[in-house]
Amino acid sequence: MDTQWTLWEVFIRSKQGLDHKHVGSLHAADATMAIKNARDVYTRRMEGVSIWVVESNLIHASNPEEKDAFFDPANDKIYRHPTFYEVPDTISHI
Amino acid sequence: MFVNNIYSDPIKKVLLDFLLRMADTSLVLGHRLSEWCGHSFILEQDIAISNIALDHMGQAQNWYVLAAQLQDENKSADDLAFLRDVLEYRNLLIVEQPNGDFAETIVRQFLFDVFQFNLLIALCESTDSNIVAIAEKSLKEVSYHVKWSSEWIVRLGDGTKESNERIQNALNKLWEYSGEMFLPNATDILLADAGLGVDLSAIQSTWATYVATVLKQATLTTPEKKWMQKGGKDGVHTEHLGLLLAEMQFMQRAYPNCQW
Repeated sequence: MDTQWTLWEVFIRSKQGLDHKHVGSLHAADATMAIKNARDVYTRRMEGVSIWVVESNLIHASNPEEKDAFFDPANDKIYRHPTFYEVPDTISHI
Repeated sequence: MFVNNIYSDPIKKVLLDFLLRMADTSLVLGHRLSEWCGHSFILEQDIAISNIALDHMGQAQNWYVLAAQLQDENKSADDLAFLRDVLEYRNLLIVEQPNGDFAETIVRQFLFDVFQFNLLIALCESTDSNIVAIAEKSLKEVSYHVKWSSEWIVRLGDGTKESNERIQNALNKLWEYSGEMFLPNATDILLADAGLGVDLSAIQSTWATYVATVLKQATLTTPEKKWMQKGGKDGVHTEHLGLLLAEMQFMQRAYPNCQW
């Protein structure tokens, strides 16, 4: 029998942040406990104002072995970057 | 900060007694919880318990500083914490009880948290602004403690056969220390009359209702009302406090004024 509690991934939104950022993982018996544990483990130093937890086994990830096929083709497609526009002089802060 | 002459001498005496009780109670419970550090059954709860221990240490410090300002003997907050003996300690008996298994720690915490929560709410109405300030600051922490310990009571009570038995046993064992929290001694009566303190009987019913609700949800039986232990408020303690203080005060006793 597996006596370990479920593993959860923790995401925290900081005061200034607009998005939740992955900060780590922890064990908990259910979502309620996972959020409490996250509060105790990851927000002890005022790191956050909002917590998300997701069961780790619900996350589907890209395969590291397919890294080349997945990501390298984007490497020489410089035209995908919005760098070919002429910005008028009167427009600042871009 | 206290303006030392705003209270008459008799009031000052009982106020100091009360502040020391608040400080000692938080310190002793904080020390007990700190004994779990590195020994808990899972890392996440080890950190949770240590956080709560530190909350109590912080509260103790606030009360000691206030007490130190009130007394005329030029003692520091540290002196009050580390250089008083068992008979001078005023903490409630429940907080000095040993950790036992996790169930006993949780039951002790639950019974006390719910009491402390209601006490602090009542203290927010005190006529003394220093007391109000500490009560308000502590309340945020204690609200979380109540959630934490209530949730564990339900989880373990309504958990497996073994966890239910352990929690019920802990409840039966520690129940006799729950009465003292609401039993007014001379200090309580004088301070309540002066508007500084709290009518303990008024918070007892709120406590009992909440505790009964959680215990029911946890499929636990509220123990029969039986004879209750008392004495901590007046310095009459169980055998456990002496050992706790011996360990906690060792450094200051062995190396007076040592700092680190």
